[in-house]
Amino acid sequence: MSASARVSRREFIRTGAAVGGGLLVSLYALPGAMRVAHAAEKGEYPLNAFVRIGTDESVTVISAHSEMGQGIYTSLPMLLNEELEADWSKIRVESAPVDKVYNHPIFGIQLTGGSTTSPAEWERYRKMGAAARIMLVGAAAQQWNVDTSSCHVEKGVVIHGATGRHATYGSLADAAAKLPTPAEIPLKPAKEFTLIGKPTRRLDTPSKINGSGQFGLDVRVPGMLTALVARPPVFGGKVASFDPAEALKVAGVKAVEQVPTGVAVIADGFWPAKVGRGKLKIDWDEGPNRGLSSAQMLREFTEAAQKPGAIAKKTGDPDGALKSAAKTIFADYDVPYLAHAMMEPLNCVVDLRADGCEIWTGTQFETVDRANAAKTAGLPPEKVQIHTTLLGGGFGRRANPASDFVVEAVQVAKVAKAPVKVVWTREDDLKGGWYRPMWHDHFVAGLDASGNPVAWTHTIVGQSIMQGTLFESFGVKDGIDSASVEGAADILYGIPNLQVDLHTPQIGVPVQWWRSVGHSHTGFSVEAFLDEVAHAGGKDPYQLRRALLARQPRMLGVLDLAAEKAKWGSKLPPGVGRGIATHFSFDSYVAQVIEASVEKGSVHVHRVVCAVDCGLSINPDTVRAQMEGGIIYGLTAALKTEITLKDGKVEQSNFHDYQMLRIFESPEIEVHIVPSTENPTGVGEPGVPPVAPALTNAIFAASGKRIRRLPIRPSDLA
Amino acid sequence: MTSFFVNEKQVQVDVDPSTPLLWVLRDSLGLTGTKFGCGMALCGACTVHLDGRAIRSCVAPVSRAAGKHVTTIEGLSADLTHPLQRAWIEMDVPQCGYCQSGQIMSAAVLLAENPKPTDKDIDEAMGGNVCRCGTYPRIRKAIHRAAALAGERRAK
Repeated sequence: MSASARVSRREFIRTGAAVGGGLLVSLYALPGAMRVAHAAEKGEYPLNAFVRIGTDESVTVISAHSEMGQGIYTSLPMLLNEELEADWSKIRVESAPVDKVYNHPIFGIQLTGGSTTSPAEWERYRKMGAAARIMLVGAAAQQWNVDTSSCHVEKGVVIHGATGRHATYGSLADAAAKLPTPAEIPLKPAKEFTLIGKPTRRLDTPSKINGSGQFGLDVRVPGMLTALVARPPVFGGKVASFDPAEALKVAGVKAVEQVPTGVAVIADGFWPAKVGRGKLKIDWDEGPNRGLSSAQMLREFTEAAQKPGAIAKKTGDPDGALKSAAKTIFADYDVPYLAHAMMEPLNCVVDLRADGCEIWTGTQFETVDRANAAKTAGLPPEKVQIHTTLLGGGFGRRANPASDFVVEAVQVAKVAKAPVKVVWTREDDLKGGWYRPMWHDHFVAGLDASGNPVAWTHTIVGQSIMQGTLFESFGVKDGIDSASVEGAADILYGIPNLQVDLHTPQIGVPVQWWRSVGHSHTGFSVEAFLDEVAHAGGKDPYQLRRALLARQPRMLGVLDLAAEKAKWGSKLPPGVGRGIATHFSFDSYVAQVIEASVEKGSVHVHRVVCAVDCGLSINPDTVRAQMEGGIIYGLTAALKTEITLKDGKVEQSNFHDYQMLRIFESPEIEVHIVPSTENPTGVGEPGVPPVAPALTNAIFAASGKRIRRLPIRPSDLA
Repeated sequence: MTSFFVNEKQVQVDVDPSTPLLWVLRDSLGLTGTKFGCGMALCGACTVHLDGRAIRSCVAPVSRAAGKHVTTIEGLSADLTHPLQRAWIEMDVPQCGYCQSGQIMSAAVLLAENPKPTDKDIDEAMGGNVCRCGTYPRIRKAIHRAAALAGERRAK
């Protein structure tokens, strides 16, 4: 989801809190009525809402954020244990229940998104670790009748140096849990860090390589049935009539019921539900979107961009500067709808009873899902509990403002009258909407006599992600959805006369945040067009960027680092070209250089060099992994995928026509991290935006072909 | 009734013989380490071994397993000591982790047939396994590392 630090966080907290029905909790909120209190029965004692200590010396860190691959089940314990100083080998992680104490410190609701977990939790998890350590030391000092200042800790043991007395955390947990929360919680200075900043192996790896890790799809509860839902072939369509007879004849099918989103086939397992669904006869009322077509939308977007839209940003006198420019160039860029295509298709388990509702799912959006599930079930939110499992990929899809996959599962549970797991097939998932919007970008640039850009106008056409959702009051102002123009209205380049404006068409295709959100199109279009500007002005694309970033030291730093490591300007084999791009997103600075060639009408990506400045790296190996993964995610979008509509229907269905990059297409990737003492910034998303432009700029360098639409097509290379 | 062996234990299941092995493993036998990704043998998340060969269990009817030996990720080793698991931990391969059971099961057959695979061998053997998180560079390194670890083990 979009969470640019530059938009009003205070505004969001207010909105978010209202939505969640909770209050923003103090950073130091500690025990009280935590749901973990029962843990004492198991020999475990909560020292605060974020950590329990077991008499067996186990240390359980409660993660307020979902693990979807980004490594947060390791980074948060690192933050906490930097201060707790327990034995790292004793650390385990558990996902938090839904509770306002786990609300996101910035957003004020419980969620994972916007590449914000590390920046947002940077202080809280360290404070929670420090508070627990102070209580453990306090308990030991009390037992020994000594001053706490005469004790220190080493690897989960409190030691009284003068007498050599020592006690393990486990032996002190019970007494420590009875002590009050410390009023003052001082934190270590960065120079004393022993864990933060050290490459640390992920705690969740073992469970992900022996089959024991539990994803939503793996959840089984007693008496559970499995359901598949037949959904309308056109967004907004409805069931006109249906005949369940053949489906009901399938062994294992228990019921066929209409639900608001379609027809649910409820069975004693996935396979009978799938076979049964295949035998349903449904007449659909396709509704108002039956005529939607991507080709038509492209024509309409292109036409709309001929006129300026709502002004998102204006500096200087762009019109005047364009008129007086020595040279003017213009170009149009297009990107399609994209599906998130997480490897684990959507699913949700619901156990709905008269007095409460339990949900198991991989979600990024606990507070929102609980509110929506409660409304659907007719229960107060506190009667709904969500167990967040591992997420088999998220990329934004599992942070759905309407909680589509959760609400539907509650609807199915209402008619199933038993615990039920609703499973989406790959086809359901790809055709199910909530895509990255299709975008059109129209640029005009004016160059002075020396080839420097002096004017830049950028007209954007695309659907709003936040309009009409609970995020509207936060993210949409004066007709501008901040997610539509991020990465365009806030470019770091020093161009004196600039205008960014926006058209927001209303189209019946549900859209959503997709890894890097608006940056996923502006990163491409801005950086590819800047390459055109460089060539039009006779400038080296790297040197032009250097000149335009003179007042942006951190971006200049990554630009120079990437160029240096990639040996920008050195000779390449015949047919191979080098492209460069930078992008600022989620408060992080990224530059990439790609080497690519075009052979027999297809693109070969040989090497990607990436430099990133994301402040202090909590776990440098995770930063590396996220850049690698972001680059491959970006390459898939650049080279492979598009969602298109014809006659209102999505044309793609599975991995044969929505193809993922594969290992044999995966280039050599080098990641270089700028050492920094600044607070951590985003890591999960910022690796994505520069990939496509670095690649298309490399293709231009290699072949002279300027790519202005994604995915790259053989016909655009010929 | 279909009878076969899973991770060296004999099992009998009473399902329609056309049911894909994947759903028998997951729904009937509770072995959820084998994942559902596409249902069309396009992504490899459901890869298991049938008599030592890698198959996509989402399209293999359970009848095909009758009397044979199936190995799933749960049966690869009892204690994370398989060279691939050790290498996966060393290289911190997984991100979301959902595809990794399938990746490892495909890699296990590769190494069994080719103890010292080249990058090209890896590309060919692993081309059917999709990772949306983009762990390919690490998968490649980890397979080379596992080959070395297995070599050391054989030498001992």
